[in-house]
Amino acid sequence: MTDAIQAITMPKWGMTMTEGRLAAWLVKEGQQIQVGQEFMEVETEKITNVVESLIAGNMRKIIVPEGASAPVGALLAVVAEPNVPEADIDTFISSYADRAGRLDDMEDGQVVARVLTCGPHNLNVLSIGEGSGIPAVLVHGFGGDGGTWLFTQDALAQNRTVHIIDLPAHGASTPSLSSGTIEELGSALIAALDALKVEKAHLIGHSLGGAVALSVAERAPERVSSLSLIAPAGIGEQISSEYIDGFLSADRRKPMKDVLARLFSSSDAVSAEMVENVLRFKRLDGVPEALTAIARNLASDGKQKIDLRATLNATDIPALVIWGEGDAIIPAAQAIGLSPNVKVEVIGNAGHMPMMEASSNVNRLLSAHLNAADAGE
Amino acid sequence: MPTKSYRQALNEALHHEMGRDPRVIVLGEDIAGGAGASGQKDAWGGAFGVTKGLLGAFGPTRVRDTPISESAFVGAAAGAAATGLRPVAEIMFVDFLGVCFDQIFNQAAKFRYMFGGKAVTPFVLRATFGAGTRSASQHSQALYPIFTHIPGLKVVIPSTPYDAKGLLIQAIRDDDPVIFLENKLLYDTVGEVPDGAYVVPFGEANILREGDDVTIIAFGRMVHIAMEAAGQLAKEGISCTVIDPRTTSPLDEDTILEAAEETGRVVIVDEANPRCGMAADVSSIIAEKAFGALKAPIFKVTAPHTPVPYAPNLEAAYIPDAKRIADAARAAFTYRKS
Repeated sequence: MTDAIQAITMPKWGMTMTEGRLAAWLVKEGQQIQVGQEFMEVETEKITNVVESLIAGNMRKIIVPEGASAPVGALLAVVAEPNVPEADIDTFISSYADRAGRLDDMEDGQVVARVLTCGPHNLNVLSIGEGSGIPAVLVHGFGGDGGTWLFTQDALAQNRTVHIIDLPAHGASTPSLSSGTIEELGSALIAALDALKVEKAHLIGHSLGGAVALSVAERAPERVSSLSLIAPAGIGEQISSEYIDGFLSADRRKPMKDVLARLFSSSDAVSAEMVENVLRFKRLDGVPEALTAIARNLASDGKQKIDLRATLNATDIPALVIWGEGDAIIPAAQAIGLSPNVKVEVIGNAGHMPMMEASSNVNRLLSAHLNAADAGE
Repeated sequence: MPTKSYRQALNEALHHEMGRDPRVIVLGEDIAGGAGASGQKDAWGGAFGVTKGLLGAFGPTRVRDTPISESAFVGAAAGAAATGLRPVAEIMFVDFLGVCFDQIFNQAAKFRYMFGGKAVTPFVLRATFGAGTRSASQHSQALYPIFTHIPGLKVVIPSTPYDAKGLLIQAIRDDDPVIFLENKLLYDTVGEVPDGAYVVPFGEANILREGDDVTIIAFGRMVHIAMEAAGQLAKEGISCTVIDPRTTSPLDEDTILEAAEETGRVVIVDEANPRCGMAADVSSIIAEKAFGALKAPIFKVTAPHTPVPYAPNLEAAYIPDAKRIADAARAAFTYRKS
C-alpha cells in the first residue's frame, strides 16, 4: 500500500528559488512526527526557515543529509508507519518519479510576474494558484515588496487564485505616486482589483499594506470578502520612527542591515541578499522621494497619522488581526480593545514579520479565516 | 526583472543620463560610426557597440566622432568638463591612455584641488581593459592600479551588468573625473538589470557570497572566476566570502577588513601585474590594519610581471584561473594545520 509511504520534498519559496540547503534535521530516523511539528530547517540564498510537517508518521529514511543542497521538489526523506517493510521503502525511493527535483524543467512551469496598468500606476503583480475559493490579494508593507509573502503565497493558493501586488514605488512597480497618501495607495489597490477583473477579494495586508486594505474596506466594502491584517498600520498611534527614518536614510549595507534587523525577533534572519535587494530597490531614481512622501503621510513626530481603527471596529467584513508579540515597529498592544467582531491572534517568538518568522502558524490562521469567509461563516 | 547584457546595461545608462541632463555629451573614435559619410548613419556605436543608438537619439552635436588622437579628445573632455559639460569619452583600449597622462594626471585630477574647489572636472573616461582576446601586449593590459594611484581620480571596475549600469550613472552624475574600465570579455555576459535609472554608490563593495573560512577579494572579471573557485571549494567543505570592491578609488576598506577579520584568511585576485597592483595594495592594508586576525599569510593571485603574451597558450596561463584561486584558498585554509 503505497499511500502508507509519504515523500518529504524540498519546498519552493518564491519564484527565484531553485534549490535549498538542508540546514538541519530536527528529527532522527525512526522518530514519530506529528502534523504541525517542526521537523527540518531549510536554508536558501534569501532566508532560513523551519518547516512544519504537513503529515504524520514515522521518519523512516533520511535521503538528503544535513548540510547538503537539493533542487526544489527533490526527495529529502520518506515517512511511513513502522510496520511498512524496509523493502517497500527502498522500492518507493528508487521508483520515486521526481527524486532528483525539478531543476532542469523549472523554466517551463515558472510563474512570471506581470506589470498591469492600474489607473495612473504600473503595478507589478504575481498571480498563482486556482480553485473555487474567492481570490486573495496580498499587500506588503512600507519599503517591502511581494517577496514578503514567500512563505505565505503557496499555502493560500491551494484552493484559490492569489494575487501578490507590489504597491506603487515598491518592488518592480513604478514610482508613480503624486501625494503618497493612504487614499492614493488605496485607489491604486482598487485600480489593481479592476485591472485583475476581481470583483471581490480577500485582502491580506502587512503593516502599511494593512492600512491600505482597511482604506479599501472603508471606501469600497463591497469589494472585500475578508480582511487579514498583519501588524497593521492605521489602528493606533505608536510606530517606530527610528525604523522609518533609518530605512529612509540608510544607503549603505551596514546601516541598512541594522535597520532591517529591527523587523525580526532574531537578527540572524537578515541575510546579505535581503539587504542588497532593499538597497537595489532604494537606489532606483524616484524611489527615495516616493518613500519619503509615504512616510510623511504615515507618521510624524513618532505618531501615526492614519486612523482607521473606527473603520475596523465598525466593519461587518470578517476581520482577522495577527501580530507578533515582539513587534518593535508597531507594538502588538494596539490589538487590545478592538471590537469583539475582530479576531485577534498574537504570536510568540515573532517580531514585525510573523508571516516569515512563524509562517506555518500564520498560514493556518489565514487559511482558516479565508475558508470560513468563503463559506459565509 | 529583465535580463540584459553588460553592453546593453551601459548603453541604457548613457541613454538615461543623456535624456536626463543636456550637459552630458559623448565623444570618441567611431562612436557615431563615421556619421556624415555617405550611407553611414550610426553603423558602429564604438568599437564594442556600447554607444549604438545614441547618435539617432541625441544628434551629432552631443554624440561626436573624434580623430584617432586620444591626447586631443581626452584633453577636450577635461576642458569641456571644467567649463560645465559632462563629457563621457570612450577610449577603445585603456592601453591608449598612455598618450594622455598629462591631461588626466596633471590637469583633470588636479583642477578641483588646485583651484580651491572653484572648478570641477565631471568627466568619465570609459575604456576597455583585460587579456583573453588575443589582442597582444598593447591592447590587453589591466591598468587600473596606475589610475588608482592618483589622488583626484575615481576608478571604477564593474563586474556585472547591474553594477555596470548603476556605476556608470553614478560616474556621470559625479563631479570628479572618473576612469571607468570595462573588461572586454564581460560585454556579452547577462544579468538582471532594472529598466529604470539607479545609482550604485562608489566605495561600497559587493559581497557576493558569505563564508566562514576564506575571504576572496577579486576585481572586475576576476570576480566571476573567484565565484567559480568558491563554488568548487564549497564542495570540499571550505566556505568562502567573495568580495567585489567595485571601485578601486574610493576603496571600501571597511568591508574588506571586516571580512578579513571574520575569516582570518585572505586571497586577493587581480589580473593586473603584481607590482604596485591592487593585490599588493589591498594586502598591505589588511596586513597593517587586521594583522592580529590573520591565521595565514595573505595570498595573491595575479598575472605575472610580464607583458600580456600573444601566444594563446601563454595568454591563457597569464590570466588567473579558478584552479589557481582554489589552490591559494586551500593553502590559506590548511596553513596552520599542515
